[in-house]
Amino acid sequence: MSTVKQDTRLRDILGTSALRPDGVAKVMGSFSFSSDMWAENMLWGATLRSPHPYARIISIDTTAALLISGVSAVITAQDVPGKATYGLISADQPVFASEFVRYMGEPVAAIAADHPETCRRALAAIIVNYEVLAPVVDPELAMLATTEQIHPDGNLIRHQKIICGDPQISGDITVEGHYTIGMQDQAFLGLEAAMAFPDSGGKGVELHIATQWLHEDRGQIAACLKLPEDNVRLVLGGVGGAFGAREDISLQVHCCLLALHTGRPIKMQYSREESFFGHVHRHPAKIWMKHHATKEGKIVKVESRMVFDGGAYTSTSPAVLINGITHTQGPYQCDNAVVDGYAVRTNNPPCGAMRGFGVVQACFAHESQMDKLAQACGLSPVEVRLINAMHTGDKLITGQAMESVAPVERCIRETDAIPMPEPLAANANVLEFPGGSGRTADRQNIVRGIGWGVSMKNLMYSEGFDDYATARCTLSNGIASLKFATSEVGQGFVTLAPQIARSVLGVDDVVFETSDTQIGSAGSTSASRQTWMSGGAVDGACRLVRERLFEHVGELHNIDPIRLMIEHTDVIDTIGTFRISVTEATQGITLSETFEHHHRKTEDLDANGQGNCHVAFAFVAHRAVVDVDIELGLVKVVQIATAQDVGRVLNPLSAIGQIEGGIAQGLGLAVMEEIIMDNGRVKNPSFTDYLLPTALDAPSVVAIMIEEPEPQAPLGAKGIGEPPCISVTPAIVAAIRAATGKALSRVPVRPQDICL
Amino acid sequence: MSESIGNEMYTLRINGQDRPVVDAWVGESLLYVLRERLELPGAKGACEQGECGSCTVLMDGDAVCSCLVMAATAVGAEIVTVEGLIEKDPSMAATAEVIASQITDVQQAFITEGGVQCGFCTPGLIVAVHHLLDKNPDPTELQVKESISGNICRCTGYGRIFAAVEAVVQVRKASR
Ligand code: FES
Ligand code: FES
Repeated sequence: MSTVKQDTRLRDILGTSALRPDGVAKVMGSFSFSSDMWAENMLWGATLRSPHPYARIISIDTTAALLISGVSAVITAQDVPGKATYGLISADQPVFASEFVRYMGEPVAAIAADHPETCRRALAAIIVNYEVLAPVVDPELAMLATTEQIHPDGNLIRHQKIICGDPQISGDITVEGHYTIGMQDQAFLGLEAAMAFPDSGGKGVELHIATQWLHEDRGQIAACLKLPEDNVRLVLGGVGGAFGAREDISLQVHCCLLALHTGRPIKMQYSREESFFGHVHRHPAKIWMKHHATKEGKIVKVESRMVFDGGAYTSTSPAVLINGITHTQGPYQCDNAVVDGYAVRTNNPPCGAMRGFGVVQACFAHESQMDKLAQACGLSPVEVRLINAMHTGDKLITGQAMESVAPVERCIRETDAIPMPEPLAANANVLEFPGGSGRTADRQNIVRGIGWGVSMKNLMYSEGFDDYATARCTLSNGIASLKFATSEVGQGFVTLAPQIARSVLGVDDVVFETSDTQIGSAGSTSASRQTWMSGGAVDGACRLVRERLFEHVGELHNIDPIRLMIEHTDVIDTIGTFRISVTEATQGITLSETFEHHHRKTEDLDANGQGNCHVAFAFVAHRAVVDVDIELGLVKVVQIATAQDVGRVLNPLSAIGQIEGGIAQGLGLAVMEEIIMDNGRVKNPSFTDYLLPTALDAPSVVAIMIEEPEPQAPLGAKGIGEPPCISVTPAIVAAIRAATGKALSRVPVRPQDICL
Repeated sequence: MSESIGNEMYTLRINGQDRPVVDAWVGESLLYVLRERLELPGAKGACEQGECGSCTVLMDGDAVCSCLVMAATAVGAEIVTVEGLIEKDPSMAATAEVIASQITDVQQAFITEGGVQCGFCTPGLIVAVHHLLDKNPDPTELQVKESISGNICRCTGYGRIFAAVEAVVQVRKASR
């Protein structure tokens, strides 16, 4: 028996901390990111962007730019052969602006030249004549019928309400608040980059691209290029992080157009400044929320009005809005609700997907409310959350039953049991003070605070979308080869997939084929969905291959295949003594199967926001301990304690990496990260002015993973990518409130919000 | 690639070798020249402003942001990039196993402790950590944090990176 255990431990199967197969290349600097590509005869592509948030284009003169030595092409809207617009949900965003520019940084033209500096000079030589217009930047104003409609599709992107139970009911106690969430950037490190190779004859193109969803990109690109989808091949370039920012088209169409136009390979790569304009951001939102409760603190009704600023184009705003409003109740029981949600078009930068997708905004409001409710009822933050904690089987405000495992109480209790950090030592180094290596705090002004946040997050796509993932497994000579179009963005699917294959097939050697569009879609690496969806597809394909293997072995050795199973690396007869290694059993044969994993169907919401719109949910609790210099308004997050509902841990090392990474991003939104807007203009598009958490800002994280396998999930595991970044933000803000006594109704909390 | 923009010629000393640069534009950063002219893409660009540390290389023993150094001014300096940290044994074939056995203790620890996710920050951090441990073999936790606070990692939240540095320090201590 002991050898069995040891064998299980040593092989990199499910449940072990298998190491990344791309780790060696990444530490050596030899891993090829999409920005690392180079080709003989290539040209550089670059984009001309609007300096105005809103303007009419009178004329574009490219003559001078074309005359610059080294410039091969300048293209504008009139050079787009196919559809002039694209978009994930609604194709309302122009490839190049032609009549109007609707946000600062909107693409107007693109060029191809022999050197990045030639590109810069050529961009400067393009003369665009604008009639500058007054931008519409306030979503409240924008949604009024009397306001100028800045797009033919109108300014209201989507309105949806939820009416549940008795809308008139009230409670003994009411608490309410107005909350503001700032615009956060995904700030992946690996900037947008791609390389396009034109087919000879210009009838097709191959694009190597860092993206979250190859097939969706391909559909949008092919339509704009007016090429059959088969003539547009996408290959996954190495991806340096994504967090939602690579779900929309950025440079894809421009890069392909330039390649087809010049007949040469085109390399495009955004600078950090351009990246801030080149991808969507997290929606800024304004939320009013009111809770009615009994004297004992039990929620009776929640009311809310949410306004999400979608910026100039639709992107995923309709889906972000639905996530926001359907998570109004948070992870708490609530029988009655009246919620009104708006996603609105403005002349601000387009907003779309970012880790947490609408739930981050709703959670900041509902968790701030829970603390107000606790105070009003004389309860502690933990008590009020335990009293209201949701359970499996509860009915949500959409009428949907909570079918997922819902260990909300356990998340809270286990977080609560994590030991508190030591008090700030008398001889602590100033680097440990709020402010860290920058402005340093005064020891006597430092106050410690503790705060809580708990959240619920839907997993996968909602509202009737037929979401699926495809994978192929080929087994030969003891080696399993996997093919899928799943985007590895850093999350570790390339670690997980071989773990699945080893567990199912008893092989040790697993190799990958190229991730590209030469197989069915894997869907997007977003919505915490790839472990469940692509993991389910790899698992399904491997199981089909295993059936074929048993048939083959059964036939050869005259054993009913039903008696065969995999033990470690062998095929064995469960009721006999026969045993053969998988390697030996697959000598000279090739078994290959493809599998598509679909999750269960969901439905649209009706006019009252009722419907089974989500697939599944995950839960998490966060407790934050902060030190605040109340005089300077500086914050140091000392510790984050967390217990997360993960279903099942498939790789402990990967899981802790997701948890710690998500917490850092939630910390960023709580106290430092914000794209600052001034009348439609972005004021801080650089890493000098947009602040990100550094090693000195990282709190100590104490994490517990709660394993209650999810019956719906193919591997029993829930997605773990998004939950870590959601309720940590309100937990930190609550801790700052506790330390300062300030109301703090917006994130990020700025020094002036604390000390003025 | 034929270019119309520059004709600078100079020679850089990189990873112990003389590397001639021809037909360059004078405004090119060291980061650009390493990546686009000398086939050394290990250093990454993520901010071009000295804020993220992805482009970290060693210049005469100091860790510098190669995005902030004009390549033409680096003539005469001893430059080490992430590609130069490994002492390759030319007698051995470059198979995956051989390469994996040649990586440094810091590189190995980043892999085994989970310090790598997307990996974009990784080469810069590897250079920065080597530099730190060369100067200070037994850093406190705070010294580690401070010394890599110029290297932004957006994926990991830094926890596994601290674990990797700690692991190297312990192993090196034990073998001293
Ligand atoms: S690219 Fe040099 S520090 Fe960021
Ligand atoms: S691993 Fe992605 S930025 Fe560090």
